Amino acid sequence: MDNLIIEETDDSPKVILDPANNLFELSGKSLPEHVIGFYQPILDWIDFYAFSPNAETNFLFKLEYFNTASAKLILDILLKLERIHADGNKVSISWHSLEEDEDMKDSGEAYAGMMEIPFKHITY
Amino acid sequence: MKNDIDYLKNIYNFHTTMIQNKVIVVYQGEITHQIVKAFSALTEEAMNKQGEDTFGVKKKVYHIMIECLQNIFKYADDPETGQPQDIGSGVFVVERTESAYSVTTGNAIANSKIEAIRSLLKNVNELDKKELNVLYNKTMMEGSLSDNGGAGLGFIDIARKTGQKLVCHFEPINDNTSFFLLRMIVIRN
Repeated sequence: MDNLIIEETDDSPKVILDPANNLFELSGKSLPEHVIGFYQPILDWIDFYAFSPNAETNFLFKLEYFNTASAKLILDILLKLERIHADGNKVSISWHSLEEDEDMKDSGEAYAGMMEIPFKHITY
Repeated sequence: MKNDIDYLKNIYNFHTTMIQNKVIVVYQGEITHQIVKAFSALTEEAMNKQGEDTFGVKKKVYHIMIECLQNIFKYADDPETGQPQDIGSGVFVVERTESAYSVTTGNAIANSKIEAIRSLLKNVNELDKKELNVLYNKTMMEGSLSDNGGAGLGFIDIARKTGQKLVCHFEPINDNTSFFLLRMIVIRN
C-alpha cells in the first residue's frame, strides 16, 4: 500500500506511515484548525493497513504539544492499533517526551493505562 | 480638539488600568485560527522574556490559551441573535503577578447554552485531580467531537492540569444572549 507522509507545519504534526521501512511516526505539535480533516486520512490509512500489517509495528509518538481535540484523535489511532495487536500482529508504542515536560509524560502514561498494547516511555 | 485630547487621555487611563492589573497580553476581536496561533506565540514570548517560569508553567498557560481561543473561534455566537458564527469573536486578557498567571476569556453565547456550561464547570470545580483524570478519560472515550464534548474536554483538562477552580460568570446582553466569562489561574513555582 502507499505510504502516507505529511510534513510538519506550525499547527500540525509530521506523519510518517511507511510499512516497507518499518517507520510509523507522529511528531511535532497538534492544534490544527480542522482536527478531523487532518486525522481522518491517518485513521483511514490504518484501517487499510490493518488488512495486512507488518509482523511487528512500532509506532513512535514524539509530540511537543497537542490540544484536547487532537487528544481524542490520538486515542482513536491507538484504539485502531490495539485492534491490530489483538488480531495477533505485534504492535508497540514508543512515547517520547521532553525531560521537563511532565504533562506529556503523564499523557503517555494515561494512554498506556487505557491500552493493552505495550508502551515504552522515553524522555529526551 | 478637546475631544481628541480626551480620547487620548482615555487611552492613557486604559493603559494604566492594564498596568495596575499586571496585564501582559490583551486582545479583543475576531478569533481566527491565525489569531489563535499568533497570540499563543506572543504569550510564549512574553513568558520567555521574563525568564523565571518553569517549562511546566509556560506550557500550561500556552495550553489554556490554545484551548480557550479555539473554543471562542468555534463556539462563540453572534451577540445580537445568538446564532452560531463562522468565526467567533471575543476578548482575552493575560495577567502576571508574582504568584500566578491569570487568563480570562470572554465571548457571547446563546442563552440556551448557559446551563450546560454552568453545570459542567460546577462539576469540574468539585472534583479532585484523580476524579478529574477519570472524567477526562471517560469524556474522551465516549464523546464525539460534534458534541459539546469538544469544548468540555478542554475545561476538564485545564482544571486537572492547573489544580485551580475555574471561575465563570454570564453577563446578560439581551433576551437571546449573554457574555460568558471564564478565568483560569496557573500558579507560578
